[in-house]
Formats: sequence, structure tokens, C-alpha cells
Amino acid sequence: MKIGLFIPCYIDAFYPEAGIATLELLEKLGQDVEYPLDQTCCGQPMGNSGCNSDAAAAEALFVRNFAKYDKIVMPSGSCTHHVRDNFDAIPQTDEVRHVRENTYELVEFLHDVLKVDAFPWAEFNHTVGLHNSCGTLRALRTASMSELGEKPFSKPMDLLSKVKGIRFVTPRRPDECCGFGGTFSVTEEAVSARMGVDKVRDHYQAGAEYIVSADSSCVMHQQGCAERAGVPIRFIHIAQILNGAAQ
Amino acid sequence: MSNKPVNHAKAAEHFLEDAPHLQFHDERLWDMRQKRDAQMHILPEWQELREEASRIKEHTLSRLPEYLEQFEENAKKNGIHVHWARDGAEHNRIVGEILKAHNARNLIKSKSMVTEECDMRPYLAKQGVTVTETDLGERIQQLDDQLPSHIVVPAVHKLTSDVAKIFAKDYHTDPNIRDPHLLAEAQRQAARPVILHADAGMTGGNFVVAETGTFVVCTNEGNADLSATVPNLHIATIGIERLVPRMADLGVFIRLLSRSALGSPITQYTTHFRGPQKGGEMHVVLVDNGRSARLGMEDFWTSLKCIRCGACMNTCPVYRRSGGLSYGAVYSGPIGAIIDPTFNERKYSTLPYASTLNGSCTNVCPVKINIHEQLYKWRRVLVQHHEMPFVKREIMHMAGKLMGQPKLYRAAIKATEVSLSTMPRFVLYNWLNPWGKHRENPHPVKQTFNDWYRKNREKAEPAAAPETKK
Repeated sequence: MKIGLFIPCYIDAFYPEAGIATLELLEKLGQDVEYPLDQTCCGQPMGNSGCNSDAAAAEALFVRNFAKYDKIVMPSGSCTHHVRDNFDAIPQTDEVRHVRENTYELVEFLHDVLKVDAFPWAEFNHTVGLHNSCGTLRALRTASMSELGEKPFSKPMDLLSKVKGIRFVTPRRPDECCGFGGTFSVTEEAVSARMGVDKVRDHYQAGAEYIVSADSSCVMHQQGCAERAGVPIRFIHIAQILNGAAQ
Repeated sequence: MSNKPVNHAKAAEHFLEDAPHLQFHDERLWDMRQKRDAQMHILPEWQELREEASRIKEHTLSRLPEYLEQFEENAKKNGIHVHWARDGAEHNRIVGEILKAHNARNLIKSKSMVTEECDMRPYLAKQGVTVTETDLGERIQQLDDQLPSHIVVPAVHKLTSDVAKIFAKDYHTDPNIRDPHLLAEAQRQAARPVILHADAGMTGGNFVVAETGTFVVCTNEGNADLSATVPNLHIATIGIERLVPRMADLGVFIRLLSRSALGSPITQYTTHFRGPQKGGEMHVVLVDNGRSARLGMEDFWTSLKCIRCGACMNTCPVYRRSGGLSYGAVYSGPIGAIIDPTFNERKYSTLPYASTLNGSCTNVCPVKINIHEQLYKWRRVLVQHHEMPFVKREIMHMAGKLMGQPKLYRAAIKATEVSLSTMPRFVLYNWLNPWGKHRENPHPVKQTFNDWYRKNREKAEPAAAPETKK
């Protein structure tokens, strides 16, 4: 199985350590991983703004980069959601369908495809609050959502609980959106920032030292809100913990 | 009426500046969401009920003309006068004529979102009819000359102290009252004489049953029952989408409605209206006002399944932090953002963007309207119809082009890094930069992932792979 690694633009530019951890983790798990150098973006920002035709170039490039792989893995729920559910600015050829059907968010890839049952190298002696992005929670369904009253399950929690030393806390409103929402964070900045501050305070008051998430876009926003409001909480991508992050 | 796009972002910013109101609003509605969750957990068949409700509504909408005619026929047999209104103006004219024929000057009414759509009160005021809202929240909003900010709890954005001030002005009560019971009593004392001397009563209708020619009104205050039965003349204004085929279908909706809305098992009053009272007259005005057109919209017709419970508003983190009035429309919150543009695309073009697309609304909706997917689709439609601001459209156009060209993209990333590390703070955080207004920017990094990969995994390859030609 040949894996193509997609590193979303904001991880590439602002959170390279999350990308490195993703690559190293997949390598530790014995996977054959390649990162096509000419990648840019999955097209989500244009698609979410309604400017779908403007997503065509990014989507075409994405397919050119990744069509040759058996599986495409990315450390981002929202990009996976875009590729899987909304990637229709270009004609739906067999190649495009192959890419869309074989794209995985990192947690679901580890949990559902590789079925990883141990991370012997990982230890994290901290109290963490898990932030499920709305893309992972309500589109990819990697965890149960409170709206449906379904039997609780959580793929990210299944993975994290295999890490030595880690402790969890649950905020009062675990499923509430943090307010990033792509361009929403700029066009509706006041509401967005307020949602972000409420989110990080909720985790902090629950006793979390770290907010851990599979989505760095939410983290980028939450971190900005926490720093401005002076909420002393740290942020980490789930790949970094599973890869055995430096304490 | 102004056609200018509603500035939701600005109104929301204003709402956020008032900490006591914001906190109350957010907590009160979140509490309703939690009570709804508790009711859901009591019923193991909750998801089946949602599915069933959705199916009944979709079936009914797919045969709407037949069921409407069936209702009309059966209602007439029950002695109900049935009227058809194409739009708000026709509705208002019909109501005005009925009132005139009875020489009715004082109309009491219970909550009805359709009459808000039709902007009925100002029309009747010009005809010399005094309209008095009998629902407590709606009456507060009427006295304050504001639209309802929520479809179930219309004055939820107000604190007790706000209501005390409004009542002091109109009812001459103590403006410092802080006990909600005393305020409710003041409203009761003020409303009773008006109700007793009213010439006509008006209600909405939550559900209309085709096979029986009857309709159902659900309230918690009993004010609809007083409005409908104290005067001899009862007019019910009802949207044409409120139909269910059979009486047997009703139970599904009655079980879902109040549980979804307030988290109570059922409304205090669930009244079936079957015909006029002795010596009285009953009129039903069936209102289209854009509904037929919406029914023909492939991506948006299922919004007509809505039973107006407000669950999507209660769960919406944006609505809770911006307040219903910030939507500048009769319908606010997630359901408003997908319905309002059908009334006026330009004016409400901003509302589908007042969402993070988080999807909580869709998953609490008792009739399974895919609200957040419709918000996404509306954005596409609005861009196609040139209703997105030009600057924003251009930014996305440029970004889209850049994302298709890896080399240019890499150069742009380098420029961003340089600007983040060298630009003075006041440039990054000035008013032109909305990100930085209430947030720090992401920290600049020493190297991008792409650089790291080239150095650590691609040692054999000196430069970037040549750009593939299209």
C-alpha cells in the first residue's frame, strides 16, 4: 500500500511540527509514505465561500498529485471532509473518484485502516482536553455527537488512551464549535473570536493543560484567542502525542 | 423596504459588547438545548420519530395541492371559511375585509410567524384596527416595536430589567421590578380587559390535518385559546406547508415539537380547532407567500418541512452569540438563514455566511432538514447570482488561481512568513486586519513542512520538481 501524504496549507506554513509528526508516525508504523512536493491546497476555502469554480485549479492539482497512491492521508478533518464530500469543481473522472474514495483523515486511517493497537513510544504526562473539529465530529463521524443521543464512541480517544501517562478532562460543552469556520473567522470575526475564547476557557476551567485536536485550523484560531485573552493553555496536534511528543 | 444586505457581522459585534445580555442569552438557550437532550434520552425511539416526521412531511409536500384541496373541502364541511392568499399583501387584504365585514376594531392575537412575514400589524393599524398580542414574549416585542428575536421565545434577548422598563412605560408599573412573576401578572392584568372586549381573535396554526379539515394550535400560555374563543370571530393564518395528511400523523409531531423546542414533553395547551363555536365564525387564511416557489427549488424545498420549534437556534453557537435581531429578518438563526434568501436574495445574502457550517442544527432538527448543507449550497447560489461582495469574490478568485500553481504558491508562502516575522505589530493588528482584532496571529516558523521535507527526506533532489503543464 503506497500512501500519499497531504499536508494542508496552514500546517505547512504554521504548524510544520504536526506534519512532521504525521509523517514520522506513519513511518514508525511501517508505512510506505510519500509527500508530493508540488501540493498546495485541497480547494476547501474557495468551496466553503461558495466560489466553487475557483476551487477547480486546486482540486485538479490535488488529483494530479495524489491519483497514483492507494491511500491519501492528511492530518486534517476539514480537508478530508472537503475532498470526500464537496470536491466537485472538476469533472468526476475515475481518477477523481479514486482520490475522493481513498482519502483519509489521520485518526480514522490509524483507527479504521491500520487498526493500530499500541503506541509503545508515546508518553504524555499531561492533562488534556480533546477538541473534535466539526468536520471530524459531524461529517467524518470519528466520534459520537451529543445531538443524536447515540452510544458514545470516539476514535481519537481510543487512540489517545493508548498513550502512557495521559489524563483527560471533559469541558462543559465538548461538541460546541470553536468558531473558526474558515473565512467565517474573518468575515464574522467578533462572533468567531468570542466562540474561540469561550472554547479555550471551557477547557481551561475543566483543568486541561493542553487542548489536543486532529485539526490545526481550529487550533490556529483557538491559540490566537487564548493568547490574546491570556488563557494559559497549550495546544498540540494529536499526531504529535501519538508520535511521542517531547514533553 | 431597503434592499441593502443585512450587516449581521456588525450587529453581532454590537450584541457581543453587552456582557450581561450576551451571557444570559447564551446560557438560557444552551439550557433549552440541554433540556431537549434530556427529553431525547428518555425516548429510545427519538431517531425513528425524526425519520418518520421527515418522511411524512416530504410525502405531504410532494402532494401538497391534493392535500390542500382535501383540507379545504373538509374544512368547509366543518363550517370553516377557507381563504387563499398568494402573498402578504393579499393576506392582509383578506383579513382586513373579514374584520371590516364584522365591524371589528379590536383584534387580539396569539403568536404567528406568518403574520410577521406579511407585516400585518402596520397594515391593520392603518385600517383603524387595534391589534394586541396576547403571547407574553410577543407582547413585549410589540410594545418595544421589535421583531421577535426567536420563533418560540420572541423576547429571549431581553433581561427582566428590560421588560420592567417597557412595562413601566406602557403599563405604569414600577420600573425596578425584578421578579418575573410580578411582570407576568402586570401583563395579565393589562391583557384581560382587552381580551374580554375584543371583537375578533387571531391565531396561527401549528398543524393542519387534511383528512379532518381541522387544525391544531400549540401554546404554553393558553393565550391562543382565549384569543380564539372569547370573541365570536376567529381568524387563523396558516402557511400552506403546515399540512399533515391524517390525524394519525399528528402524534409524531406533537411528541417532537415541544421536546425539541423547550425540552418539555408537550405544550401546556394543544388545541384542536374543528369549526366555529355556536353563533360564531371561523376563517382560515392559507398563505403561500413564496412557499410554492421554494417548493420548486431542488436544493432548498425541504426547508418547508420546518415545524418552527427553534431547536436549530438554541443549539447554534453563532445565534446564541449574536441574537436573533442581528439577522435583520423575520426568521433568524440557521433556519432563517436558509429561508430568508428566498424572500429577498440581495438583502439576506449575508445570512448563509453567518455560520461556521458546524452542522449541529441539522442534527437537532426534528424533521431532519439538512440545514448546514443548505447553507453551503446557498453560498454557491449567491456567488453565481453575483450577490457576494466584489472584493471577497476577487480574493477567492486570486486564491483559487494561486492554489493551482505550486511554484507561485511557494513564493507566496515565503512572503507571508517574512511579513509575519518582520512586520511591526501595529500593522498586523490594525483595523484592516479582522483576524488580529481579538486574536493573535499564528507564530512564524523557521521552515515550512515543505522545506523540512526537502531537507530531510528528499536529499537527492536539489530543487522543486518542474511544474506540470495543464
